[in-house]
Amino acid sequence: MDKARIATLWLDGCSGCHMSLLDIDERLLDIASAIELVFSPLVDNKEFPENVDLTLVEGALANEEDIEKIKMVRARTKLLVALGDCAVTGNVPAMRNNFVLADVLHRGYVDNATANCGPPVHEVPQLEPKVIPLHELVAVDLFVPGCPPSADLIFFVLSEVLAGRIPDLSTRSHFGN
Amino acid sequence: MPEISHYQVKTLTIDGKEVCASEHQTILEVARENNIDIPTLCYFNGLNGVGACRLCLVEVKGNNKLLPACVTQAQEGMEVTAHSPQLHEYRKLIIELLLTERSHVCAVCVSSGHCELQSLAQKLGVNHVTLPYLHEQCKADGSHRHFVADHNRCVLCTRCMRVCDEIEGAHTWDITGRGIRSRMITDMGEPWGDSETCTNCGKCVSVCPVGALVEKGKAVAEMTKPNFLPYLIQMRGKGQ
Amino acid sequence: MTLDELQEIAESEREAQKKITHRINVSVAAGCLSLHSDVVFNILHEEVKKRGMEESCKVKAVGCMGLCAAGPLVRSEPQHTYYRGLPPDSPEVLSAIVDSINGRPVPEFALSPEIPFFAAQKRIVLENCGEIDPERIEDYIGVGGYQSLLTCIAKRSREDVVQEIIKSGLRGRGGGGYPTGLKWSMVAKAAGEQKYVICNADEGDPGAFMDRSVLESDPHRVLEGMAIAAYAVAATKGYIYCRAEYPLAVKRLKVAIRQAEKLGLLGKRIGESDFSFEVEVRIGAGAFVCGEETALIASVEGERGVPRPRPPFPAYSGLNHCPTLLNNVETFANIVPIVRNGAEWFASIGTDKSKGTKVFALVGDVVNTGLIEVPMGMKLRDLVYSLGGGIPDNKKFKAVQTGGPSGGCIPEQFLDMGVDYESLMSAGSIMGSGGMIVMDETACMVDVAKFFMDFTRDESCGKCIPCRVGTTQLHGMLERISEGKGRMEDLDTLERLGNMVKRTALCGLGQTAPNPVSSTVRYFRDEYVQHITNKTCAQGKCPCSKAPSTAAGK
Repeated sequence: MDKARIATLWLDGCSGCHMSLLDIDERLLDIASAIELVFSPLVDNKEFPENVDLTLVEGALANEEDIEKIKMVRARTKLLVALGDCAVTGNVPAMRNNFVLADVLHRGYVDNATANCGPPVHEVPQLEPKVIPLHELVAVDLFVPGCPPSADLIFFVLSEVLAGRIPDLSTRSHFGN
Repeated sequence: MPEISHYQVKTLTIDGKEVCASEHQTILEVARENNIDIPTLCYFNGLNGVGACRLCLVEVKGNNKLLPACVTQAQEGMEVTAHSPQLHEYRKLIIELLLTERSHVCAVCVSSGHCELQSLAQKLGVNHVTLPYLHEQCKADGSHRHFVADHNRCVLCTRCMRVCDEIEGAHTWDITGRGIRSRMITDMGEPWGDSETCTNCGKCVSVCPVGALVEKGKAVAEMTKPNFLPYLIQMRGKGQ
Repeated sequence: MTLDELQEIAESEREAQKKITHRINVSVAAGCLSLHSDVVFNILHEEVKKRGMEESCKVKAVGCMGLCAAGPLVRSEPQHTYYRGLPPDSPEVLSAIVDSINGRPVPEFALSPEIPFFAAQKRIVLENCGEIDPERIEDYIGVGGYQSLLTCIAKRSREDVVQEIIKSGLRGRGGGGYPTGLKWSMVAKAAGEQKYVICNADEGDPGAFMDRSVLESDPHRVLEGMAIAAYAVAATKGYIYCRAEYPLAVKRLKVAIRQAEKLGLLGKRIGESDFSFEVEVRIGAGAFVCGEETALIASVEGERGVPRPRPPFPAYSGLNHCPTLLNNVETFANIVPIVRNGAEWFASIGTDKSKGTKVFALVGDVVNTGLIEVPMGMKLRDLVYSLGGGIPDNKKFKAVQTGGPSGGCIPEQFLDMGVDYESLMSAGSIMGSGGMIVMDETACMVDVAKFFMDFTRDESCGKCIPCRVGTTQLHGMLERISEGKGRMEDLDTLERLGNMVKRTALCGLGQTAPNPVSSTVRYFRDEYVQHITNKTCAQGKCPCSKAPSTAAGK
């Protein structure tokens, strides 16, 4: 049997979900034998490939690059998983939605700056006015809330998917930690 | 044996289970006595019911309206349905609506892990919201010596207002505005720390189901609420 | 004052009226007043005085005559003529009208009472409106006023009066359509030393002004109805909860209460019996939700005006936890004719389940905007095309919105439906208090739904979650659709969320708030789809149409 083609994507989040994924520890070895990790911040692949079976997405959609990426990833992925509260709800990144973007940038890059005042304009993607969870833009197949989702929960999700089942998380998961 | 003949005992069914209710018992009280779990949020044992959160709505045979279990008295022969796929859908949507209204960010909340909204979402299987977030703008008030009121986390259950009025007798808390612009206020909208009526008793903090009213100096997930019920019942007993 | 004494006053008033051979009635209700009918009144009065005709020709300030589109309205008798749109700044025209009272009416302004707008009405609630001077109790007594009350007190038992109302089949005119007699008998049977009667005059629906007109034109009729109700249910204290936006109605009510108390027709020992009934006016502070009965009661109590769950119903536990009878203005205005003419007479009017007449505020895209009273069961088509005079500029009919923000939009296919409580309900709308907004082909139904949703969102009290957040979400979704940012899934969400709000909201406001959305999605789905897929509003009403569009031509 072919190995499942799995990807992980890191958008606007703190990388905690990826850390939690690594916290699966020795069980990772079982999983690793059953999968091929085709794209991830953990591996050195530049291009997101076609025909991905499962993509775990950490982080909310906060800038123009996130939006391009998620559209492309959605098109190339069979099962798209929103991993963690940022991807599911917007979470901490979305807390800036209560303010006008320009004010937020001013606060961060002018008011509180000690050097190189002013928001970066070159070679970084421009922020969107509002941060949104994945499903406000693309279809999401599975929601795994948590900040971060526990290693056990991620392991459960991966095991179930690898066993050909859509995991029922209805009361297993919760927002926050 | 206690004399019970002057009580009118009523028999009814909840989710098909035959249960007994004494005079003036609500459907919710009877259900809980019989280990039938009906979700609630604005309800707080010991405070007057307001029937506002609508989570405890139940179906009663012969009545085409859904009734709030917390304020509806059990009646002889009632056939109550407390759980149905339809009620479950409504309850999930109510939680969703609350989650979209203000900023409920469990990750940075001192009440995370001890929050009724968070656990209700889990219990009802709300793992994401299907409606856009409204991000209703609210203020936080840190002017009180001991407590913080973060209205971004408030669910407007009015427990604080009721406990302050009904038990403490201070009526520091009230509500202003209407609709989505409703806000809990202290006194006439002055900072909590400037309140002349607040007795610093902390009852409002104790009954707040979420992280809106908390003690100062707590970090994420550190805010636990004491079991307030024995005290409440004791105070009620003295008052009557 | 006894019944005999009352009849004496009525008799002498009628005698005095007989001496007047000509009368010119000038409407001084709010609509005509806004067009300076008070000036018209003064000039006409002066012109009559100049000619020395004051003895025989009476220029009278009266209430609403209904045809708002033609204000300021004047009626001249025995010429049997209405005058429409009289210019307050043209004494020549007004002088000519006085000159003509014995001859042919001034043709440029004359309007025949035979046009369907007037002739097809059946005025029971409005029978005195435009006929009597609302600020003179003698006028009201002259047309038989307060006789029903004193007759009830002197000659009929309380149960008998309740039975009369039950038999009449009268249903609440405030919106719910609950059988009035049944409500009365519940309050009558409810245990309690103190009982209250409250009149709901918190008419808040956009485009509705039925109650305002009745209060401004015939306040005593409402007071007498309340007093009869109080007698029937053994209440001793009454409140009229009137919105602050109706200062003229409040003023006239207060004048009327003072006059009635002075004559012993209200207050202590009415008709020299043991029955006392005192009425106070309470003024609302502008919250729509206070038209909901439990919120209204909270407001009268001095509390924040928010609803509470029912049961307990106000009939058992209302104002100050006492049994309380709460009816709307129009319901109370129906009581006197029922008591006077009998239940059978009333029940012979209208349809099987909806008896009597209904007052509608016919507004929007019709020629004859105004207030009409018609028998229940009249066809929508007749209301719009006959009484209403059709759609201006030969435009096509699109929909009629009934029941205010709680109602729905009824499309053309229902034009031949008879209007009563049941039929409107089956068409996805409600009778409501009687607002009727006609819309022509240029209306955008997404825009209409958005308007009403904006209203309920703004007026939601915020107590229960489904209404507070649900209406905001529904409105947000409509806003996105109108901006061309909608998705097809939004239509399902509108229905799913709408149904949930209907089923779970605490009070009638929330339970009906999604109606304008659900009825337009049901009947005008195409328009929603067009906004979503073409990102354009064919009627040019929505923000999405402001952007350059390629939909022109087809």
